[in-house]
Amino acid sequence: MIKAKNKLGLVFFPAFDWAISSTHPEREERLLYTQDQIFEEGIQDIEGIKFYNPIIAEEKDMQRVHFCVPDVKSRLTNSHFISVGGAIKAFQSVIDKEVDKSFALVRPPGHHAHRVVYGDRGFCIVNVEAVMLERIRQEYGPMRVAIIDTDCHHGDGTQDIYWNDKDTLFISFHQDGRTLYPGTGFIDEFGGPSAYGYNINIPLPPGTGEEGFLYVLDNVVLPILDEYQPDIIINSAGQDNHYTDPITNMNFTAQGYAELNHRLNPDIAVLEGGYSIEGALPYINLGIILAMAGIDYSNVHEPDYNKDKLKQSREITEYIKQVSEIIYNRWKDKENLRLKDLKGLDYVEKSRQIYYDTDGILENQVQNFKVCNKCSGVNTIKSRSDGGYNIYAITIPRDACSNCIDRGHKLYKNTPSDNYTNVYLQDRVNDIYYSK
Amino acid sequence: MIVGLDMGGTHIDAVIIEDGKVINTVKKPTNRDNLFESIWTTLEELVSGYDKSKIKRINLSTTVSTNAIVEGKTSPVGMIIQSGPGLPHDFLACGDENIFISGYVDHRGRVVKDLDTNEIKESIDLFREKNIKSCAVISKFSTRNPTTELTIKELMKKDFSPITMGHTLSGKLNFPRRVFTSYLNSAVYDTFNDFSNNIKKSMEKESIYAPLYILKADGGTMNLLAAEEKPVETILSGPAASFMGLNAMLNTDKDAILLDIGGTTTDIFFLADGVPLFEPLGIKIDNYKTLVRAIYSVSIGLGGDSSIDIKDGKIKIGPKREGYPYAFGGPKPTPTDAMIVLGLMKDGNKEKALQSMETLGNQLNLSVENMAREILDTMGNIIKEKIDKLLYEINSHPVYTVKELLHGKKIDPKLINIIGGPANVLAPILEKKFNLPCYYPKNYHVANAIGAALAKTTTEITMLVDTAQRILSVPELEVYKKIDKNYTLNSARKKAMELLEKSAISLGAKKDEIEAEITEESSFNMVRGFYTSGKNIRIQAQVKPGLIHELRGDEND
Ligand SMILES: [Zn+2]
Ligand SMILES: [Zn+2]
Repeated sequence: MIKAKNKLGLVFFPAFDWAISSTHPEREERLLYTQDQIFEEGIQDIEGIKFYNPIIAEEKDMQRVHFCVPDVKSRLTNSHFISVGGAIKAFQSVIDKEVDKSFALVRPPGHHAHRVVYGDRGFCIVNVEAVMLERIRQEYGPMRVAIIDTDCHHGDGTQDIYWNDKDTLFISFHQDGRTLYPGTGFIDEFGGPSAYGYNINIPLPPGTGEEGFLYVLDNVVLPILDEYQPDIIINSAGQDNHYTDPITNMNFTAQGYAELNHRLNPDIAVLEGGYSIEGALPYINLGIILAMAGIDYSNVHEPDYNKDKLKQSREITEYIKQVSEIIYNRWKDKENLRLKDLKGLDYVEKSRQIYYDTDGILENQVQNFKVCNKCSGVNTIKSRSDGGYNIYAITIPRDACSNCIDRGHKLYKNTPSDNYTNVYLQDRVNDIYYSK
Repeated sequence: MIVGLDMGGTHIDAVIIEDGKVINTVKKPTNRDNLFESIWTTLEELVSGYDKSKIKRINLSTTVSTNAIVEGKTSPVGMIIQSGPGLPHDFLACGDENIFISGYVDHRGRVVKDLDTNEIKESIDLFREKNIKSCAVISKFSTRNPTTELTIKELMKKDFSPITMGHTLSGKLNFPRRVFTSYLNSAVYDTFNDFSNNIKKSMEKESIYAPLYILKADGGTMNLLAAEEKPVETILSGPAASFMGLNAMLNTDKDAILLDIGGTTTDIFFLADGVPLFEPLGIKIDNYKTLVRAIYSVSIGLGGDSSIDIKDGKIKIGPKREGYPYAFGGPKPTPTDAMIVLGLMKDGNKEKALQSMETLGNQLNLSVENMAREILDTMGNIIKEKIDKLLYEINSHPVYTVKELLHGKKIDPKLINIIGGPANVLAPILEKKFNLPCYYPKNYHVANAIGAALAKTTTEITMLVDTAQRILSVPELEVYKKIDKNYTLNSARKKAMELLEKSAISLGAKKDEIEAEITEESSFNMVRGFYTSGKNIRIQAQVKPGLIHELRGDEND
């Protein structure tokens, strides 16, 4: 029998009885053929691969990351508590040293969910990785974490959540926002004042194939990780870069995904998007499982795989080289860039519009990041949705100094609730959530 | 009259049951060099003096196939394996010759790449050259589309027999297990068929015309004809015999723990609402994980004759048996010695038992009696710890729906049923440790044979309906049928029950004794583009193990 070189925990929870709607890409059938492939390959019988059920996440877990408007219960379904719970279980099994690595094959996905949640956008309501990670930090103490988002779409929600957090390096590579939802993820989205340079976007041209993805990995992601030295690497493992994916335009492959995971060597992977449910997911998931478990994956490929047909053009190759160089240099130069872009500011303000495509809600928000030389600083969000909500949300970050803790609480106390439909305070130092 | 016979590693038990009562029993040692001989002499002795024409059926639990596998006395097998892309395949090479051929079928059963018949011709030449007669043919996803296996068999059938096709053994998805199960089926085919021919001849000679059934590891039976075709299904039926015996003597419809405590081992089983728990995929034999359906049973090296040592000030019982208990002339102190010392057992040399407890007690500064009590208490602890661990594992088995995760069945035992030598001694101890009532029968000595005798025919099917491709399939029955594209879950249910019943009858079940049920079902909307292209319906159905009739009389406590 085959033996895994790395003990691997698998939380495989296809939620066969849950869908956004019956013909939505995020429907019951999504992981059916992946299950068939995993079962037929006999993954359950591989020594060193252990299957876990999800635990069920709690309301409190959501409140560490999100401001659900009006509250958690009215925005989430059981499937969200389970999807997040699956990821938490995966992380716990690694931290508790039951396994070396783990992969949470859960749905629905989460990387488009921002801090404020009015509803579903890009099939996401809660940010699975972020809720998982903050629960683990709460339970196990501080850790330095890198999240590598390998989904074809920009991980705009994860970017929003870790925008001002230097202890969570976020790197997303994705199809260029000028050509694909959600239309963000450009190079100059570089992080908040306390984490300038720790949010890295790598927009790639449509048609990028194995060569391009692996080039970016080797020449940008891995060198940055080498310098950042994270305690934990998380792969936000979307699978929609695949050449058969119906809603994107890339040329990535199952073999490429396996190779990427082998080289990236993540501690935890969490499934994100990927909607080529027959032609891609069964093979990509198999590839990721084998690569993470340290089992030979050289024989994993799609039935219709044709390397030559999927070869990216010379122009794309050249373009990616240039983009990679720019991004890596910006990382190296982030201190100077911070001084240049943010010197002397007391606070940084950021206003934007967020569209919830799945639920058709439009949100306008202004974020304010206070600059504090002792901590990451209190930050606030004023947000208004066309659904009639008008909220004010205050966050005291995990590393807040005593002044900032006081400042956050005062702000909450002094904000008259009749000016807003809802006022929230997220005190991460004391792990308390208030709302009025 | 029903005859039941259970062949174990050391001895054979046989019983005659009439009107629910055991009217005769025989126990004989097993002659490992001639299993047929052992069975036949036991049967002859059992039925001599009885009217043979009144025997309605004979149920046998035999180790013929098991022994052949464990002792490596199997036929050489030529394997043809189509493994396609995926896992590396070297580990599947279990035959004497293993040919990995090209071609591939995908998860929907579409032939992505055809097989190359030249490769088959080369395989045929090689097998003939090596004088191999038995073959097995397995392709990945053959349950979804058996064409490859059928084509290859067609090409080979004039030169080889048996040729086991993977899809005929189980409809479950697990390619490595399908390969190993197919291998084993061909490997034990000759051994089992020799045995069955001998039995048939001898029965004819003795004018016994009762139908003969063979016990399977799932606690049910199949007729001899079916066993000849799929002898792999006859492996490891021993635990199933004792499980059925336990059920015959102590019936319950609750969640329960079942224990068979013997001389060397303790076998552990579980019931969920009175229905046995099964191995999720199949039983493991030797180093082979198979798709042979089996009752979930775990054996631990702990029994009345387990040898006892003191290690680091702690009592260590088992897992080995090093001979008879000390009181019966054996080399080591055992739990049996402890029971003799405490007056819980009458047999054996009490002097020697006392001696053995004294030797142990001296090391722990315990009196002879206290030493003996500590030993029995430790036995109880070992069993409790193991069962707690198993229950945790069972209750955390993977589930795939929100409903099951939130509201799925968890096993919560309400009682313990025990058979075996030390049952009456351990029952009060376990009762305290588990805080559950423990029951044991007065007479357990032929429980296995009773279990074999009363076991009904069982079977299981796996159905997949793909209305986009307009196919209904039940691989283990070799059913691949064209259906209407409006086929519904309801029609699938009906069809599954109908096919299940038919299958049970062909395995020897009587129509009125069949209790068929659907154990799992799901129906998925298949959407391509923005439109529903069809339904993907999956059904698992079974005839679960059960007793031909209840046991009456003084066997029950
Ligand atoms: Zn995506
Ligand atoms: Zn501060």
